[in-house]
This record gives sequence, structure tokens and C-alpha cells, in this order.
Amino acid sequence: MDEGSVPVAEDPGRRRRVHGMLKLYYGLNEEGKAPEQPESLDPCDINGPHFDPELYLNKLRRECSLTELMDQETCMVRQIRSLDSDMQTLVYENYNKFISATDTIRKMKNDFKKMEDEMDCLSANMAAITEFSARISGTLQDQHAQITKLSGVHTLLRKLQFLFELPARLNKCLELQAYAQAVNTHRRARCVLQQYSHLPSFKGIQDDCHAIMDKLAQELRQKFRDGGSSAKDLSECVELLLQLDEPAEELCDKFLSHARSRLESDLQGLEAEIRPSLPSPASNTDILEFIDRGCNEFVSSLCLVITSYQELFINHAQKGELLHAFVDDLAARYFMLVERRIQEEKGVGDNSLLVRALDRFHRRLQAVAKLLPGSAVPNKGTEIVIRAATERVKQYLSALQSFYMDSLTDVRQALATPRLSVAGTSVAGPASGRDAPTSLPELLSSLSASILNQIKSVLASVHLFTAKDITFSNKPYFKGEFCSQGVRESLVVSFIKFVCQSSRQFCETAGDKGGSTPPALLLLLSRLCLDYETSTISYILTLTDEQFLVQHHSPVTPVTTLCAEAREAAQKLLNHYVKVQGLIISQMLRKSVETRDWVNTIEPRNVRAVMKRVVEDTTSIDVQVGLLYEEGVRKAHSSDSSKRTFSVYSSSRQQARYAASYTPRYHSSTHTAQLVAEKILHFHLHVFLLPQVSVMTGIIKISLKTFLECVRLRTFGRYGLQQIQVDCHYLQMYLWRFVSDENLVHFLLDEIVGSAAHRCLDPAPMEQSVIEVICERG
Amino acid sequence: MEDDAPVIYGLEFQARALTAQTAETDAVRFLVGTQSLKFDNQIHIIDFDDENNIINKNVLLHQAGEIWHIGASPADKAVLTTCYNKTSDSRVVSCAAVWRMPSDWETGNHESPDESAHNPQTLELLCHLDDSTHGNAACVLWEPMGDGKRMISLADNHALLWDLQESSTQATVSSTATLEGKGQLKFTSGKWSPHHNCSQLATANDTAIRGWDLRTMSQIYCIENAHGQLVRDLDFNPNRQYYLASCGDDCKVKFWDVRSVQEPVKTLEEHSHWVWSVRYNHSHDQLVLTASRDSRLILSNMVSISSEPFGHLVDDEELSEGEELHQEDKGKEPLKDSVVSTYEEHEDSVYAAEWSSADPWLFASLSYDGRLVINRVPRALKYRILL
Repeated sequence: MDEGSVPVAEDPGRRRRVHGMLKLYYGLNEEGKAPEQPESLDPCDINGPHFDPELYLNKLRRECSLTELMDQETCMVRQIRSLDSDMQTLVYENYNKFISATDTIRKMKNDFKKMEDEMDCLSANMAAITEFSARISGTLQDQHAQITKLSGVHTLLRKLQFLFELPARLNKCLELQAYAQAVNTHRRARCVLQQYSHLPSFKGIQDDCHAIMDKLAQELRQKFRDGGSSAKDLSECVELLLQLDEPAEELCDKFLSHARSRLESDLQGLEAEIRPSLPSPASNTDILEFIDRGCNEFVSSLCLVITSYQELFINHAQKGELLHAFVDDLAARYFMLVERRIQEEKGVGDNSLLVRALDRFHRRLQAVAKLLPGSAVPNKGTEIVIRAATERVKQYLSALQSFYMDSLTDVRQALATPRLSVAGTSVAGPASGRDAPTSLPELLSSLSASILNQIKSVLASVHLFTAKDITFSNKPYFKGEFCSQGVRESLVVSFIKFVCQSSRQFCETAGDKGGSTPPALLLLLSRLCLDYETSTISYILTLTDEQFLVQHHSPVTPVTTLCAEAREAAQKLLNHYVKVQGLIISQMLRKSVETRDWVNTIEPRNVRAVMKRVVEDTTSIDVQVGLLYEEGVRKAHSSDSSKRTFSVYSSSRQQARYAASYTPRYHSSTHTAQLVAEKILHFHLHVFLLPQVSVMTGIIKISLKTFLECVRLRTFGRYGLQQIQVDCHYLQMYLWRFVSDENLVHFLLDEIVGSAAHRCLDPAPMEQSVIEVICERG
Repeated sequence: MEDDAPVIYGLEFQARALTAQTAETDAVRFLVGTQSLKFDNQIHIIDFDDENNIINKNVLLHQAGEIWHIGASPADKAVLTTCYNKTSDSRVVSCAAVWRMPSDWETGNHESPDESAHNPQTLELLCHLDDSTHGNAACVLWEPMGDGKRMISLADNHALLWDLQESSTQATVSSTATLEGKGQLKFTSGKWSPHHNCSQLATANDTAIRGWDLRTMSQIYCIENAHGQLVRDLDFNPNRQYYLASCGDDCKVKFWDVRSVQEPVKTLEEHSHWVWSVRYNHSHDQLVLTASRDSRLILSNMVSISSEPFGHLVDDEELSEGEELHQEDKGKEPLKDSVVSTYEEHEDSVYAAEWSSADPWLFASLSYDGRLVINRVPRALKYRILL
């Protein structure tokens, strides 16, 4: 309704809709394309192109009720009306445009006609111009040819003039010593002269030129021969001479000989630098400077020679060998000097200097390698570096070794000083013995720490050889063999072996010269070796392997072997310690038995002083051993209150503790005491590394056996026997506590008393109670 | 190649003196002297029948006292010397004497061994080797390979050279040497060198070894501190005149070249206690026996310092070509010093070990408890040395 009441409203939305509907009517969609919808085929679609009014009406009539038909009709009427009004609006709107378009077309028609006339006129003019131009070029043809000819003659004349002036010019060049220019000029003219040499005038010029050039060549040769000039001049000279068709071989030889003399002077300079070092090494330039100088002077001139040689004699292929021989020869001498210099580098203080020098040396040789691909020089250089590295490793090894020996000397001195005080105060009892040897563990720890530090610092120094920024570190040698064979085997492993070996040497030599090695040192070293076995060796090797990323291409000494060696050394040292201490006490006992007249002795009143001394020494040894081995294990029963209990003391507790350390064959004890003790006597001395008790047992065993043997060598009177009884009882009271199986002590002491009784002229033993009283009193 | 079991013989008494009967070269025979303070001491003559592995013994009485050292004459089988202790008035005196065995000790023995055991014959005293000024003889040494007329006794700090006269019944001191120095010096042991025309003697006192020239009775060399402790015994290498072995309380056995006495040529440390005795084999000087307090006897093969460092040298005449090749092969073998074997038959301190004078592959050892053990060199080694 609304729409019907306002049919021609000026509403833009409405206008658009009008357009839309028209478009729809003409079958255009928004994009201006024909609609593709197939539904428009429906004849009942009032907007479709196939609309059939009959069908539509029939359909409406059939389907709709009256009201609907009525509605449809009004709707239809309304739509028709609106369509009509739309059409009218459109016609109005577009009328003016049609009119102006018609005007424009008419005007264009007129303009085009005028333009056509002008174009005709232009083409006529062009034709006239073409005709003129043809005529002009025709007239000028002759003159052009003449000019060309003239210019040709001019060039020729200039060339001739050049030729005629050539001798003079060459002379001038010669005068000015501009050889290069002269040769250049001559070369340009040479073939022409050659070509026209049949003409007499040219021949003259050619001869003149030849004469001049000969002179020039002479002069050049002279200059070349003098050789004072720089390498660059020289190569220039040679180049010119070559251009003058001098024989290449001769030049080659001469060139090389000149180069040689120059390089040799460099070498002499280097050699001179080495020489003054002999009297005073301190004033010597350091190796880095030396190598620097070598590189800057010798290697760079060598490179220069190689380059210029290759440039000059590039065509003479056979000369390559000559150059190789030349380079090899000189390089060999250079290497000799370098090696001599490196060998002088003995101090192990600053490795980085050497490494840097070697690096520079190696790096500069790479230049030679690039210039002269097939040369053996770089390889030899690498070999030198390798040798130097190996040498260095050796030096470090010996430095380590001497360090180790020095520290041992220090330890020895440290041991010697407190030992005096021990000797002075030991009479006061075991307590005083504790003061001095407390330093033993400290000494041990400081010794092992300082050795470890030294090893670490050496490793760090050696590690420089394989640093990433060093050129030779990526050589296969430095990646593989140097790490495994060089560092690991010949440095670390050798050092450990050295430690073990030197320890073993202490065992071999010490006894000869009357205990030149203090027993405490033996004990200390033994502990050191044991520590090495348990932890230090594997630690050091792991450290090495990690630092150097050792890849074991070749077989290396396994940790177990070294450990076994260290263990063996520890064992040996400990055995030796037992032996030395045992012998010291033995000596004391032997002297005491030998120097007495046992037949005519007085009735015993006291324990002999020497026995007290033996007990004291044994106690202090026990303390000493305890400090380093298994501290405090036996504290429980070392108090004096246990003194009297020895005879009933069941050793089961001890045995349980030490059973593992001893062979099981004689700890089953008491019943078969005799048999078992018999075995002990024949049991070859072995101190197993579960030590304190074993050590003490060994020492006591040695001492008592000596005592026994001495007793057997003597003859006793009644009181002599009784004195022995007293002494033995006293020993029994104190010594049992040190050993693993007290039956051993009992048996040996019984044996001593028995032997003494056997060797007694009047065997009348003393009452046990009297003996006890005497011992108590002592 | 199984080795024969050792033969063990037990004496009733304790003993430490043992010697081979030097003049006897056919039978394996050893002499043992006993030590007893309470009973009459004896000399046991031990005959070993190698083929049957049997021991025959004869006993002679030595009533003078307990025997500390015994020596057999190199010339006369029946003559021997002993050093013995005599106790009188609660004084112990060491003496030395020359004895002769009764001539029929052997014959009477075989027929009735039991009887002879009960009634042993007595040694016949030839002469005393005592001088009023020199007492306490430690040992008596016969001139090696001599005619049984000369001997040396070591008494305290004197070495006395004796001449036996009138069929050994009279002994006179022909010359003496005296060891002088601080303290109470005393010879412990000695050995008459078989080299240099028997003109040299080596003695041990405390830790030193000294060499003497018997012509002038003066000292020719001295190895101070040869051992860390007392030197117990010495022996000369029978084939290398400057080589000497020593052993001592420091458990070591050392080999010396007396021309340079600073360092021993070789040191053995196999024993764990005093070494009492060291003996070179008489014909194969690489074989060395040592007896020790640790109840063990050790036979060592010291090839490197022997006179045959490359094995046994066969005389040229005996060399056929094949043998020569064999010889060369042997030369290439690395010969090393080694312990051949350790004998543990003893249960007490082994005081003496001696090679038999008749059979170079046989030796006897004596321990304190009176046990005498006769052993052989292992066959394998014997054939290696011989072939």
C-alpha cells in the first residue's frame, strides 16, 4: 500500500531498486553477465524469460481461492503500475545524454577530414627530401675514398717514424735505465723488423736495435749477476731477460743461485741468533721472536722466490723439480736451525710461548704448501712440530720426575727434623711419640696434593698443543697419537710407573747403606702408592682422557695394570718397612744377647733395659703405622687394664676382624697350637695390605725369631736362663696386643725360653710368680 | 721327569755342623757334628746310596764337646777338623782340633749296625790347634785342593795359618794375621780361595768382608758394610776367581766382584730371615744354595754371573756339527737368574747346606732340630745345563 501511494518518490534506494528490477527484466545480474540459474525455465515464473501467461493464469485459477485471486490481482496491478512509472523515469533521465552523444559524433566527423589533408601534404615533402639527399652523397663519394687512403698513409708513416726513432728511443731508455720500457718497445717492433729485414734501411735499423738490445741484455745480466738488488728487482730482471729470449735454463739456475745466496744470508742471520745463546742463554731472544724472524725473513722470501719462479718459468715445466730440490734443500737447513733452536728450549716454564712459536712456524709453512703443492716441506715442518711436541712431553716427564724426587727430599727432611725429637722424648712413653708423627698424614696429603697439582699443571701446559686455534692441532697426529701415545702413555703413564719404580728402588737400595731411607718415608710412600692404586691413578687417567679426548687407536696401558703395579709397589714398600724396622729391633736384641756372659751372670732382679726399649720402639712403630693405616681400629683393647688378661684373652674378636687379611690356615688356633705355631715359623713373611696388625706381626715375628736364634748361639748358666725367662715374660705382657694372633707371640717366646733351657748348663727355671713380680715392678 | 723325593735323616741331637767328605769322590758322604751340652757329642757319617735312595750312617764319638764347625781334609778321607765348645768350671771355651777316624769304622759298621750304634767308636785325636795366646776358634779351613798339610783357623780377631807335620800329629803356626780396629772384633766366618794358587783368604767380621793375602798375611781388600747386618757366610765361585758370594742377617745373599767392591754384582732377597749359609756348586757355578732361618733352603740359578752365562760349554773335541747348531740355539734362549726351587722339608732353622763332593747334582742340608735332608737338583734343570 505504502509503495502504491508514493509512486515517484526521489528516493535513491528506490532508484536502485528500479535499476535492479530492469536489470532483472533484461536478464542481467549485478556483474552484467547473463544469469545462469536454470529455474527461469519455469513457465509459471512471472519474471522468467519463458513465461506463459495462459499457463500462469490457468494455474492461478486452478490453485487459488477467490480471495487469493483477488489479492494476486491487486498485487499484479500494483506491480505493473510501478513498472510503468519506473520506465518513464528512466527515459527522462537518459534523454539528455543521448542528445549530447549525437552532437559529439557529428563534430568528430568534421575534424578527421581536415587531418587527412595535412597528412597528404607531409608525404609529398618527404619524397622531395629523399631525392636531394641521394644526389648529395653521389657527389661526395670520391673525396671520401681519398681521405681514407690518406689516413692510412699517415698511420704507416707514423709507424715508420717509430721504427726510425727506435734506436734513439732505446738508447734513451737505456740511459734512463728504464729497461722494462725498452724491452717493451723493442718487442713491439721486433716482428715488423724481422719481416722487413730484406730491405736495407730496415736492416740497418734492426741491426742497430739488436746492438742496443744486446747491450741492454748485457747490462741486465750484469745487474742480475751483481745480485745486490731485492727479490722483486731480480724477478723483474729475469722477466725482461726472458723476454729477450735468453736461455731459460741458464736463467733458471742463476735465478735460483741468487735466491739461494740471499736466503742463505737470512739463514746465517738466524744461525747467528742461535749461536750467542751458548755462552749466556739468558740474553737470548726467546723462541717466539726467533721463529717470527725466521718466518718474516726466510719463509716470506722463500715464498716470494717460489711465486716469482713459478710466474717466470711457468712454461718450463721440467723446472718444477729444480725448484722442489731448491726449496727442499733450503728448507732442510732452515728446519735444522729451527730444530736446534727448539732443542735449546729446555725450560718447561712457559709452554704457551713454544706452542705459539710452533703454531706460527707451522702456519707460515702452509703458505709454502699452497704455493708448491707437491712439496715435502710442510710435512717436514709438521714432523718438526711433532718432534718438538714429543720432546716437550719428555721434558715435562723429567720435570715431573725431578719434582717428585724433590718433594721426596723435602718429605725426608721434614721427617728427619721431628725424628730427632721423637728419639729424645720417646722414653717418656707412647704419648710423646704421637706429637711428632702427627705430621705424617699431613705430609702424605701435602705430598700427594702437590704431585697432583703438578700433574694437572703439566697437563694444562701440554693441552696447549691441542688447542683449537692452533693450526697443527687438527693434524691426525695431534688428534690421535699425541693424545694417546704422547700424553697418556709417555707422560702420565710413565710418570706413574716412575713413581712405582722409584718406590721399589727405595726397597732395593735402602738396606745396603744402613737405612739411608727413614722407615717413616717407606711407610709414607707405601700409603701413597696404595692411594694411587685405589683412586689417584684412575682419577689422573680419567682427567687425561677427558682433557685430551683420547681415542685409543693403539693399545694403551689399562688402568688395572698401573693399579696392579702401584699395589705391588705399596706391598713391597710395606714389606720392606717391616723388614727394616724388624731388623732394627733385631739388631738391638742381637747385640744385647751377644755381648753378655750368660754363664756367669747374676740372679735377675729386673727386666733388662733393652727389652723395655724394644717394647717402646714397637709401640711407637705401631703409632706410626696407625697414623697412616687404619687409624684407631685397635683402640678398644690397647688400654693398660687389659695387660693382665692376655693369657685368657680370647682372640676371637680380633680374629673375626682380621681373618680376612691372613691366610686362614692358622687362625683356628688354640687346640692345635703347637702345630699351628710350627706353621707360623715356616710361613714366609707376607704383609698383606690390611696393614697395621700385619705390619706389627711381621716386625715382632722377625724380632723374636732373631732373639731365638741368638739364644741358640749362646750357652747359659742358671741365672742366664732365669734372666731370659724374665725378659720373655715382660715381652709377652706387652707384645701380644700388636699381633693378630697372640699365640704366635706365646709360641715364639716359649721357644726362646725352651732353647735357653736347652742351652743351659744348669737348667733351674725361676718360679712363675717371682717372674711376674719382677715384671710388674719393671 | 719326576724328581726323586728328598731323603730325610734324623739325628738324636741338635746339630749345626755339616760338611761333605771332600777327599771322597766316589761315594756321596757327609759328616755331621752334633751339639749337646749334656751328652757325648757325635760325628755322624752319612753315606747316601744314590741308586737305592738309602742312607747308611755311622757314628763316631766326639767327647771333647759340642761341635760348632766341622771341616774334612781335602787329601785324607779319614782326617777332619772340628771347632768345639768345652765347658769347665762354668766357663765356656772354644777349641779346635784335628782328628782321625778309626780305620775300621766302616767295616765294623756294616756287619752289625745295631751294635755299633750302641758302642760307637771314638775319634782319634791327632793334635790340638790351640795356641796359648789365641783362643776361641770360630772355624778351621783346609787348604782347598791341597795335600792336607795346611789349614787356617779363625780365632777371635786372628787368622792363624797352620802347618801339619809328622803325619798330622803336630801343628805349628807358621804365620798370623790380626784384625785391628775399634771394639771387640771377631771373625765370624771365612773361606780359603781356591784361586791364585790358594794364596787368598776371605773373612767376615760383623758387617764387613775382608780379603787377605796369605803370603804376606796382609789385607788386600775390604767390603765395608757388605750387609746391613752381620755377615754369616762366604763362598768363592769355583770358576770365576774374583767372584764371591756372601749372606747375612739382613736376609740377603749378595754376589761380589772383589775388584770393585762398591756395589754388589747381584743381590737376592728371597729369604725372610737370616741367611746362614751360601754355597756354590763345585762344577756348575750358576747353582747356588742358600740356607736360612726361615726354615727354607733355596736353590738359585744365577746364570748371568756364572762362568757359563750362555749355557754349558762343550769342549771343542766333543762338538759335532749338530751339537754346534744346538749350542747356538741355546745361546739365543734368554737365560735368566731365577729361583730353581725352594725346599721346605725343614721345620727349624737351616744352618748348613753342602754340595756333595762326589755327585754335583746332590746336596745336603741340616737344620737345628737335627734333621738332615738330601736333595737333588731338579732333573729338568740338570738336563738343561748338561745338554
